[in-house]
Amino acid sequence: MSHIKIKLHENQLQFIKDTCKEFNYEPGELINILHKLQDKFGYLPSEVQEVVANELKIPTAKVFGVVTFYSYFTMVPKGKYPINICLGTACYVRGAEKILDEFKKQLNIKVGESTPDSKFSLNCLRCVGACGLAPVVMIGEKTYGRVAPDDVKKILSEYQND
Amino acid sequence: MGTYKYHILVCGGTGCKSSQSTQIVQNLNEEIKANNLENFVKVVTTGCFGFCERGPIVKVLPDNSFYNYVKPEDATEIINEHIIKGRRVERLLFRDPVTNKPVTDSKHINFYQKQLRIVLRNCGVIDPENIEEYIARDGYLALYKCLNELTPTEVIDIIKRSGLRGRGGAGFPTGVKWEIAAASPGPEKYVVCNADEGDPGAFMDRSVLEGDPHSVLEAMAICGYAIGASHGLIYIRAEYPMAIKRLKIAIKQAEEYGLLGKNIFGTDFSFDIELRYGAGAFVCGEETALIHSMEGNRGEPTVKPPYPAVSGYKGKPTNVNNVETFANISPIIIKGPEWFASIGTEKSKGTKVFALAGKINNVGLIEVPMGITLREIIYEIGGGIKNDKKFKAIQTGGPSGGCLTEKHLDTPIEYETLVAAGSMMGSGGMIVMDEDDCMVSVAKFYLDFTVEESCGKCAPCRIGNKRLSEILDKITKGNGTMEDIELLKNLCMVIKDTALCGLGQTSPNPVQSTLENFWDEYVEHIVDKKCRANKCKDLIHYYIDPENCTGCMACARKCPVNAIAGERKQVHVINQDLCTKCGTCLETCKFNAVYII
Ligand SMILES: Cc1cc2nc3c(=O)[nH]c(=O)nc-3n(C[C@H](O)[C@H](O)[C@H](O)COP(=O)(O)O)c2cc1C
Repeated sequence: MSHIKIKLHENQLQFIKDTCKEFNYEPGELINILHKLQDKFGYLPSEVQEVVANELKIPTAKVFGVVTFYSYFTMVPKGKYPINICLGTACYVRGAEKILDEFKKQLNIKVGESTPDSKFSLNCLRCVGACGLAPVVMIGEKTYGRVAPDDVKKILSEYQND
Repeated sequence: MGTYKYHILVCGGTGCKSSQSTQIVQNLNEEIKANNLENFVKVVTTGCFGFCERGPIVKVLPDNSFYNYVKPEDATEIINEHIIKGRRVERLLFRDPVTNKPVTDSKHINFYQKQLRIVLRNCGVIDPENIEEYIARDGYLALYKCLNELTPTEVIDIIKRSGLRGRGGAGFPTGVKWEIAAASPGPEKYVVCNADEGDPGAFMDRSVLEGDPHSVLEAMAICGYAIGASHGLIYIRAEYPMAIKRLKIAIKQAEEYGLLGKNIFGTDFSFDIELRYGAGAFVCGEETALIHSMEGNRGEPTVKPPYPAVSGYKGKPTNVNNVETFANISPIIIKGPEWFASIGTEKSKGTKVFALAGKINNVGLIEVPMGITLREIIYEIGGGIKNDKKFKAIQTGGPSGGCLTEKHLDTPIEYETLVAAGSMMGSGGMIVMDEDDCMVSVAKFYLDFTVEESCGKCAPCRIGNKRLSEILDKITKGNGTMEDIELLKNLCMVIKDTALCGLGQTSPNPVQSTLENFWDEYVEHIVDKKCRANKCKDLIHYYIDPENCTGCMACARKCPVNAIAGERKQVHVINQDLCTKCGTCLETCKFNAVYII
């Protein structure tokens, strides 16, 4: 399923099992379970999906189908500082594409990729609802509003010493 | 609001929080403590004031002073001057953009004057994390009245007579919907609140949930009583962490006060509410897809009928309403259906909340009576177009809607008139565009969105929208032909007629509406290979005007691809083969020497 092969540690395995138990092994709670696991692991590699499928006694294909349907779920790890560029309409008409281009250029990665040192990953999202601040960029939990292409370098430099 | 002399209300909506309103609250509280004013003034974090453009916003009661663009370091001055000495901090007051005079009372701010707040009655007024403040403003009184004085049929009758229609998009009469759900047999029914708000550029529902969560909880319980359901579910997008947090707090408090749970107000009516999370899929806003998603499946829509009111969540009768629809319920019960029906127009009653965004001076959340004109919204409430540019279009209804132009400025806003104008009410996003926006690119923007969000279940939507987007792409690159326009028109009709759900049935609207209103722009792209807004990179070229160029080298230094050649004090030239048309030179030049053709 995924090109990344990982081995789950015993405590990670236990966390997945405990989570499934917490939701009563109810297949209807699959999305809630996946939310909790992604919060914990940062992403949902196929190994995690297999364990969930086993615990809930549903086909792995069903879990995979749900994970790939929803854009919130990801099968590749995000960077230490995930960068999200809002491409909602309000940000679009206020120049969000230029901001995105500038991030791509500065980091030399494409949308959906991470920098080789796993420090930054770059993604787009649709409307965080802070349209008054458009164009908006989120890095982790922090929101940057009214961003201009010239600001990008400065924003990235805030994370330089980490 | 207690015995304090002053209340300082600080906006805690997502927009203002993003610009440090939390720090403002903290600093205010520290200053209050340092001056021993704890019994004299109280700081309240409220929901959104709506005037996001001016955030962070701080309002002082009882005198209604409205401070805008407040910074954390301003806390000291607000406490020292306003609270201690009783003098307003003039430099922070909102200034009228026309007269440039400070406005002392927020009631006199243009942005608010034409608004009528029913749905947003408590937003920016109460602390959403404190149920007592909601109760103090008649909260849960409507539920009490329903359970003790009205039969379920009477409740439905009141909602029907009010003329309230669904605010989630299609405008189906809410009372009729409740009636159908009530008539569906079965001991187990569900009330679902649609808080998926997928329209990019819309934040009405989020602001209601963040600013007044109890208004939705109370209405869901009323709906449960009316249709005979004892379980409620709120489907909310995971991208709204603050709304989720406030809802959780509100549900817990309501349970503690016995306003949710078993035997509410000592009656035999019981009702509980659970949260279900979306995971980033626009189509999950469609009610059948939403129900499948709540059941833990892929959020793919299914054919209606059966409607959810007959067979919904777990196959049981389910009533799905939008957040804003619910927020109207309690006032209707308390003030009566006649009061509500007296607001608005013949067929569209009450108010509508819009998220006003884009190229407009006063970006924010507004609530206006139905029947208001776009002109009033843009020029009176919205304060006109940013940077005095020329108005071009306003997009309503998001990816399912269309563009309204100059000629629609005086059309009253109602469900029917918007559809007749080639758009739709949608959930309430309003994006204002000016002369710098290319309408072909805007159509492409929405189609790209639809292509990404199409669930892929039916071919017309999966393949058809992709083709639309490809043709639009071709036109914006200067490779389109007039036959392509015919193809676009045909495809639009076929997709609308054959798609499975509302997503595909409306996705061609942005194309049809721009073709209808901006035909000339399409032709210019195709025949003249020109983009009048200078947005389509393949159709524009940057040049340096030898007359104006001083040879300062600023553009050459900034050009990311070294496409600009020229010595100091000599005219510079752009190498068209290397130029990526990023526009940096144009932004850099101080002598107006860079131009586009
Ligand atoms: C593609 C698509 C997306 C939708 N998204 C939403 C949404 O985000 N929020 C919403 O309330 N309704 C949305 N709807 C409308 C719902 O299907 C449904 O009509 C609505 O929730 C009913 O509530 P109301 O009668 O109170 O408007 C969407 C419909 C379609 C076809």
